[in-house]
Amino acid sequence: MLEIKNLHASVGDKPILNGIDLKVKAGEVHAIMGPNGSGKSTLAHVLSGREGYAVTQGSVLYQGKDLLGLTPEIRAREGIFLAFQYPVEIPGVTNKYFLKAAYNALRKHRGQPEISAGDFLKLIKEKAKLVQMDPAMLNRAVNAGFSGGEKKRNEILQLAVLEPKLGLLDETDSGLDIDALKIVAQGVNAMRSDQRAFVVVTHYQRLLDYIVPDFVHVLSGGRIVRSGGKELAHQLEKEGYALLQPEEVAK
Amino acid sequence: MTAVLQDPKERFLAEFLAVQKDLPGQGLSWVESRRRRALDRFEAQGLPTDKTEDWRFTPVGLLVDKAFEQAGAAPKNFEPARFALCDFPVYRLVFVNGRYVSNLSRPLPKGTLLSSVSSILKTEPKLLEPYLGRESSGHAFNNLNTALFRDGAVLHLSRGTVLDEPVHLLFVSTAGKEATASYLRVLIVTERGSSAKIVEEYAGEGEYLTNSVTEVLSGEGSRVELIKLQRESAQARHVAALRVRQEKDSVFSAHSIALGALLSRNDVDARLEAEGADCTLNGLYVLDGAQHCDHNTVIDHVKPHGTSRELYKGVLDGRSRAVFNGTIAVEKDAQKTSALVYNKNLLLSENGLVNTKPEFKINANDVQCRHGATIGQLSGDALFYLRSRGLSLAAARSLLVYAFASEMVDALSILPLREALAEVLHKRLPELN
Repeated sequence: MLEIKNLHASVGDKPILNGIDLKVKAGEVHAIMGPNGSGKSTLAHVLSGREGYAVTQGSVLYQGKDLLGLTPEIRAREGIFLAFQYPVEIPGVTNKYFLKAAYNALRKHRGQPEISAGDFLKLIKEKAKLVQMDPAMLNRAVNAGFSGGEKKRNEILQLAVLEPKLGLLDETDSGLDIDALKIVAQGVNAMRSDQRAFVVVTHYQRLLDYIVPDFVHVLSGGRIVRSGGKELAHQLEKEGYALLQPEEVAK
Repeated sequence: MTAVLQDPKERFLAEFLAVQKDLPGQGLSWVESRRRRALDRFEAQGLPTDKTEDWRFTPVGLLVDKAFEQAGAAPKNFEPARFALCDFPVYRLVFVNGRYVSNLSRPLPKGTLLSSVSSILKTEPKLLEPYLGRESSGHAFNNLNTALFRDGAVLHLSRGTVLDEPVHLLFVSTAGKEATASYLRVLIVTERGSSAKIVEEYAGEGEYLTNSVTEVLSGEGSRVELIKLQRESAQARHVAALRVRQEKDSVFSAHSIALGALLSRNDVDARLEAEGADCTLNGLYVLDGAQHCDHNTVIDHVKPHGTSRELYKGVLDGRSRAVFNGTIAVEKDAQKTSALVYNKNLLLSENGLVNTKPEFKINANDVQCRHGATIGQLSGDALFYLRSRGLSLAAARSLLVYAFASEMVDALSILPLREALAEVLHKRLPELN
């Protein structure tokens, strides 16, 4: 589904990613771990098409096609979803309206007619249950005045409604207490399927107790320096990023 | 073909002499003397220039560059109703080119007087004498209005009268080849405990000048919501003043929705003259092209325990310009005043320009006052967030602009109006649907 080859990216003059190679197949969950400043979030942003990053080398294929030439909205319509580390507040736009606009944008892209208001309401109410969200929050402005936990649950609600092929979770666990973390993880787990892949970016192993990955990669200095199974996450938890060999640490 | 344009001031003075015999209230000495006094004041003031305080950023030339002459009657078969934003259950008065043309749409409830200024001046002038044009304040164009007003509306609610439906005052201008002018007057008097919602709507076609003055006397414990829809033609000039006097515990709110006109100028002068008065001034201007829109507001807290809040929001595209001056004065006696004034602007183009100045003049020591002004652009983070969910850049922009502006639409209490205005905004943001 996703094939990243020798990806280099920088912000301004500063190189952040220095040759990432990663293959993700449908049905897999990959965790990207690494110390602060290792480039984890940059990788998620570059994949979602955020402005401000220059890809200087390498390529990314998504479903066999070049991803990097696509605008963020086309990537979204083609099935890529980024759950934000810091979801943006949009006062004046209700959650419901926003979700419907996004949902219909995706349908239009697939040549499908817009969903009826009634059907959509049914759909989002059902999905709201998945993340244990009070349906009243659907009528509130997007993320405006939401607590940290509510914002993250709202991200997962959007994920559940938009049903992407590839979900990128950027530090979704940051700022969550354990109850909120469990709810978010349950929401993601419910979305796992043979057809769908996830790339989970996290600093802490904690999240991976609840979203159990198939593969764990350690990012350092803008490169993947180690890859392994879920046990690698446990090892990191125990020994910290200090377990990285000197040659693996960013130069 | 008119001769070379006279000096604008001389032209206005000459116009007064030419039309005064036809103006309503002729023969009533108090009307005549108030007109004359206003004209004298105009003559002493002269027309504002870019050196005049509060006019520095206003292209005043647009108000005097043509001989806007008092408009004649409407052409036959002219249908002003089609200019209205929407139809909703109301008590409606319609004016075309400054003249009253049509009757109420339904019988009025007891205790309510609603009619044209010209007809009340004929039938019950005594009723207007304590109010109409009595206070002399304002700038040169306001004084011109008092000197030259042709017609307008009077709403008088006796004690305890609660109007069940809004009053709709529709002012339509239709200019032919020559630029025309309408001088309009609105007087709203709400006695103790009464309540009303009033919609002033301005619309038209062609190149014309609307000069209007609205006076509100808000009696003890009364509630007034005054919504102004300024939807003038693209070439129109619109100069309006709102003068509000609030008695004890009265609740007054005004909403200035400015969408049309090449130049629109709104002066608000609200005085909270007794304890516990509550005043809200809201505004929304959505501008494009070469449009210019001014709001100059002064709220004067005279007595204790008053509350006032102002929020004006603007969306500027093209090379449009906006001015906001919001002054709140708190006088020595006005302890326990709570007041805030905010002006927030969204610039959509490189060439839009805003001059904004919210300020306080406080002479009391136990008050809560806050003010602020912002001029910003669409947030890049928010745009990316929306696009990352599949919305196009254009749709994301429209949605964010709408979200910014809709707060002011949602603040209106008349639902059909809110819906119609939301639709207007959607149409101006074509990517939204």
